[in-house]
Amino acid sequence: MSGQSAAKLRKQSGVPPPTERILSWGRYPKIAHQRVHKPAWNDQVPEIFNAAAPGALLPYGLGRSYGDSCLNAGRELIDCRRLNRILDFDASTGMIRCESGVSLSDIIDVFLPKGWFLPVTPGTRFVTVGGAIANDVHGKNHHCAGTFGAHVRQIGLHRSNDGLVICSSRENPDMLGATIGGLGLTGVIAWADIQLKRVSGPWIDAESIPFQSLSAFLDLSRESNDRFEYTVAWLDCFAGKNPRGIFFRGNHSPSHGAEFHPKRGPKLPFALPAWMLNRYSVKAFNTVYYKIHAASKGVAVVPYDSFFYPLDSIRQWNLLYGRQGFLQYQCVIPDTNLGAFEELLDRIARSGMGSFLGVLKQFGSAPAAGMLSFPRPGLTIALDFAMRGERTLKLLQSLDEIVQQSGGALYPAKDARMSPALFEASFPHWRSFVPYIDPKMSSSFWRRVTGAQ
Amino acid sequence: MMTITAHPTTTRPAYTPARAMKKIVILGATSGIALEVQRQLAHQGRELLLVARSPQRLAEIQADLAIRGARQILTYSADLASVQQHAGIFEFVQRAFADFDTVLLAYGSMHDQKDSETSVDVLLEELTVNFVSATAILTLFASDLEQRRTGCLAAITSVAGDRGRRSNYVYGSAKGALSLFLQGLRSRLHPAGVRVITIKPGPVRTPMTDHLANSARFGDPEQVARDIVRALERRSPDVLYTPKIWRYIMGAVQQIPENIFKRLSF
Repeated sequence: MSGQSAAKLRKQSGVPPPTERILSWGRYPKIAHQRVHKPAWNDQVPEIFNAAAPGALLPYGLGRSYGDSCLNAGRELIDCRRLNRILDFDASTGMIRCESGVSLSDIIDVFLPKGWFLPVTPGTRFVTVGGAIANDVHGKNHHCAGTFGAHVRQIGLHRSNDGLVICSSRENPDMLGATIGGLGLTGVIAWADIQLKRVSGPWIDAESIPFQSLSAFLDLSRESNDRFEYTVAWLDCFAGKNPRGIFFRGNHSPSHGAEFHPKRGPKLPFALPAWMLNRYSVKAFNTVYYKIHAASKGVAVVPYDSFFYPLDSIRQWNLLYGRQGFLQYQCVIPDTNLGAFEELLDRIARSGMGSFLGVLKQFGSAPAAGMLSFPRPGLTIALDFAMRGERTLKLLQSLDEIVQQSGGALYPAKDARMSPALFEASFPHWRSFVPYIDPKMSSSFWRRVTGAQ
Repeated sequence: MMTITAHPTTTRPAYTPARAMKKIVILGATSGIALEVQRQLAHQGRELLLVARSPQRLAEIQADLAIRGARQILTYSADLASVQQHAGIFEFVQRAFADFDTVLLAYGSMHDQKDSETSVDVLLEELTVNFVSATAILTLFASDLEQRRTGCLAAITSVAGDRGRRSNYVYGSAKGALSLFLQGLRSRLHPAGVRVITIKPGPVRTPMTDHLANSARFGDPEQVARDIVRALERRSPDVLYTPKIWRYIMGAVQQIPENIFKRLSF
């Protein structure tokens, strides 16, 4: 096709491209963008930079960040989803080079049949490689593998002033450290080299164990972290200081073969009415969920997708929370401050506003891969709260106090409302990150927590 | 090489039941729909020869498709809109990919309609890319397949070619003319057992349509590509509407009397 001359003409005729509604996963805040660029090739990115005003741009992937870290209110986005080519694969080492819009789902589909898996995977496979790096995502194996960024060996980064900058542990290592966890602010990732992990197949030897208190969870966690590659827990947040939950742990199954047939799950077609999620329906759900898992406790061989991505089986599950959307709250609190963690759970339980998706994990002590990486030693919990206006925001503010006093941190990828003070407390070194920000980049999140223009 | 033979007089069963699609030539390999089609063909382990303008972009796709399972990928960089370059393309195909069995023409251009109303240059470019050059290159491949009495020629036209509309009639007339050309070609190649498929997508979310209003609501290129690959593998249909609903929409649109249609602004 003659795309280039058509594009030129489009510019001359001055037809403004239409804006489309782009929301983050929490569907809050609802804001408008002035323009969404959709480069299909890396060679088109410099043109977009050249035409942009300072602070105008932010790369966007599959929009799985929950709050406003992937949004750029009133400004422009670079939708990277068409930059989705895998450029290189070394079958002997498992090193791949791929463009930033390749999804983790795509990587699994292509490489799992060849015996390779993601070194680290978050709870959804529908994120891009660019997003996984920009948020330095973590997974159930944080205690032994660290974050996604720890497995990124080299990146090519489009910068508005310097063109394509190669960043690795040898070349521009500080720019690599800034880009990992850098919330897309350091430039547009053209491609990244990622070290995949050898696995024997698509099956997981999984075990689920019910527990009835926080200390029981910690015992399970300590006991399991040496022997199991993956550990995580689901928590009933209505139970308060002594929560009940289910501890999940697993390893790649060495003996179950490679045969596997993925299924496509149902899809939530529209936003459910807000009244359907209330403390009674959620309590009932949690009780049933606990009882089912407690009854079926024990060891089983399960397919990787139901182990890693239970929620991906319902596409667009975020519509559960109705039109107003929801907020996810993910914090980490140091191991040494269990009292603060109990206090946090108690406040959530008393509010009656928690939801079913309470996820609990003990982070390992791996050094952070990026300057603004979120994971650090301690207990992390992630919880959803349906957005009900002021009272939801008030509750989360009261949780913020506990996090801040305990020396904990909040996760930017999940946030739409933390205060500048809490951001400062969570990332005390953020000012040393500022020089690495590309002058053409900004985000709603960044302006909100740092006061940048 | 460009001898155009008269119609063979012998006849034989038109289509073999299961098409052995192995080696596919794609003209316009960097177009949005072609990219998706190629991925699916690569996944099936096919052999591909890709023609497009940019060597850099061809190299990127080549790497990607090889990793995704394509058995063999050749690339040739040329400007398909330039008829002078067609002989070179065809020569390369004959040299390196002589026993190809399927050709998919996937390139096209869609300028802003207003530009073709005010500039004859733009008008002529639109007609050249979408109609003149397409018929020229298809004729080369058609004659080759006709001689070999095998294979399949498919070209992406558009539902815009089913009726001339105020907002898009230049692109529409070029694609409509291409559909007519394919119709005639189909009849010509039928006795030789060569299949000709007219592919008429509705609006699809690709770089070509990003500038149009409501482009976010357009068809999904992956779904369109699935329909195309399925049509290439099978014996029918001759004309593929994709997504399927467009067959019925265009059926209805074609029934509107001209006297009313001329007043509609879409």
